[in-house]
Amino acid sequence: MDPRSPEPPVSTPQTDQVVRIAAVDKTFISGSSALTTALQGIDLDIRRGEFISLIGPSGCGKSTLLRVIGDLVAPTRGTVTVNGKPASRARRDRDYGIVFQAPVLFDWRSVEDNVKLPLELMGYDRARRTERAKEMLDLVELSDFLHHRPYQLSGGMQQRVAIARALAFEPSILLMDEPFGALDEMTRERMNQEVLRIWERTGITVVFVTHSIPEAVFLSSRVVVMSARPGRITDLIEIDLPRPRDVQTREQRRYFELVTAVREALRRGGADTGAAEPAAEMDLASIDRTIAEGGIG
Amino acid sequence: MTSAAAASPGRTSGTARPAGKWLQRFWYHLPAVIVFVGTIGLWELLVRNIDLRGLPLPAPSAIVSALGENWSSGRWPLAKAAGATLFEAVGGLAIGTSLGVVVAFVTARYATVRELLLPLAVGASAVPIVAFAPLMNNWFGVLNPLSKMMIVAVLVFFPVVVNVTRGLTQVEPAALELLRSYGASDWTVLRVLRLPNALPYFFTALKIGTTLSLIGAIVGEYFGGSSEVLGRVVVQSASALRFDVTWAAIVLAAVSGIVMYLAIVAIERAVIPWHASVRSQEP
Repeated sequence: MDPRSPEPPVSTPQTDQVVRIAAVDKTFISGSSALTTALQGIDLDIRRGEFISLIGPSGCGKSTLLRVIGDLVAPTRGTVTVNGKPASRARRDRDYGIVFQAPVLFDWRSVEDNVKLPLELMGYDRARRTERAKEMLDLVELSDFLHHRPYQLSGGMQQRVAIARALAFEPSILLMDEPFGALDEMTRERMNQEVLRIWERTGITVVFVTHSIPEAVFLSSRVVVMSARPGRITDLIEIDLPRPRDVQTREQRRYFELVTAVREALRRGGADTGAAEPAAEMDLASIDRTIAEGGIG
Repeated sequence: MTSAAAASPGRTSGTARPAGKWLQRFWYHLPAVIVFVGTIGLWELLVRNIDLRGLPLPAPSAIVSALGENWSSGRWPLAKAAGATLFEAVGGLAIGTSLGVVVAFVTARYATVRELLLPLAVGASAVPIVAFAPLMNNWFGVLNPLSKMMIVAVLVFFPVVVNVTRGLTQVEPAALELLRSYGASDWTVLRVLRLPNALPYFFTALKIGTTLSLIGAIVGEYFGGSSEVLGRVVVQSASALRFDVTWAAIVLAAVSGIVMYLAIVAIERAVIPWHASVRSQEP
């Protein structure tokens, strides 16, 4: 079903596995002595070239799971294998490109120099750095802003610079933590389109954290539904919308069916935690509104 | 001094053509200039027309002529005194800032050192530091400018430590995660993130330091030493009832402070043009 794989179409399941998460728990010490279980019994396999979204209410550990994959947070129990090696090794091998909710650009560097930062640290020579930065800024359509400072760009443009920086050193996995959460709805939809275009051109594996149901459905090949307290995976929903996806995709009947399916999965996940937390309720309510306004007709 | 700093970021508002920009600046500054000139004029008028009955307030014109008469000759050569005081202030600022930066690096790097030193630093900064002035004169020699510099250095030291430590440690957590994902070493994190992040804090400390350094130098001079310094001129001319000279010395102290401050601002603009506080000056 997934035409994204950069490998020849027939590949063994072994080599097809990019990320394998097995029995991962993560507990944090919160307050003086209380333990918070952020993740419990997480098992997840991610195939090469997949676009995976992690969705769930706030506090469900989706960002923590992303950080566990990227070896920014160590799991309390369980293993994370990336490209056949431990996550810590994968991080040192620079297998990860990361995009956070905030663009995290350095104001003291030009746009171009921000994209070059990882290349500098990874020992690319000068000519190669310039070449890669130009390629990447072409890819995110910011070639005219090479010498601008980050603060001279809009929020959406800053986030595109962050994506260019994350892809510059050709990592095999792109980790995105609510990258468009701070953007307005119109910009967010444009950025979604942009990310799909980049994903299609590079064939990179993407793990995408979001709390927007429409965003998750529009982008993903699979949506991982999580529930809070303790954070665990309650559903895996295959998104079989045809590619390439565009504005029309958001108006297809199948799209709305899948949005509904994800929403119901989220409800089910929330139901057995007893009293749903207010933040999660608000998320769902706003998503309902969005769908109502979009209107199935 | 502070008001001058607060005014600078708003000075230019955007993209007007050069000619329009100057006109805009002129109108922006006009009210402040009118108030300044008006205050001086009013002062002059009041002193000339009202009998102050021995209240020793010379007219601005008298202060200006005292400045002229005592500029390079007489019992109180003001230019030389101002130069000597400025030398002490700048020297002390340099010593205090250097030591402060070194300590800031250590406290930022080692949490245990921070925990050990912080209570001491807080305690020490609660002491009115000028109370150390006679001690410093005793330790470093009352006639040695170094004794005044050390008073200045102690005064400047704490704001530098506090600000620079903050600049080195208060970095965006996501920026640290980003660099970690690149497999960056502590040294690399210091070089590409913490150092540039600390620069604006460093300049804030320096600007606080300019004011403190003149206070420190002049107060130090009150406790004895060479007579050709602003502090001694103030003490001696006041006891000789030459208040025009006293005021002239005070004016020179203020001008020295403003010159130091503007010098720091100029360096700041050249070094960190990307920072929000100086951004509007960029083309």
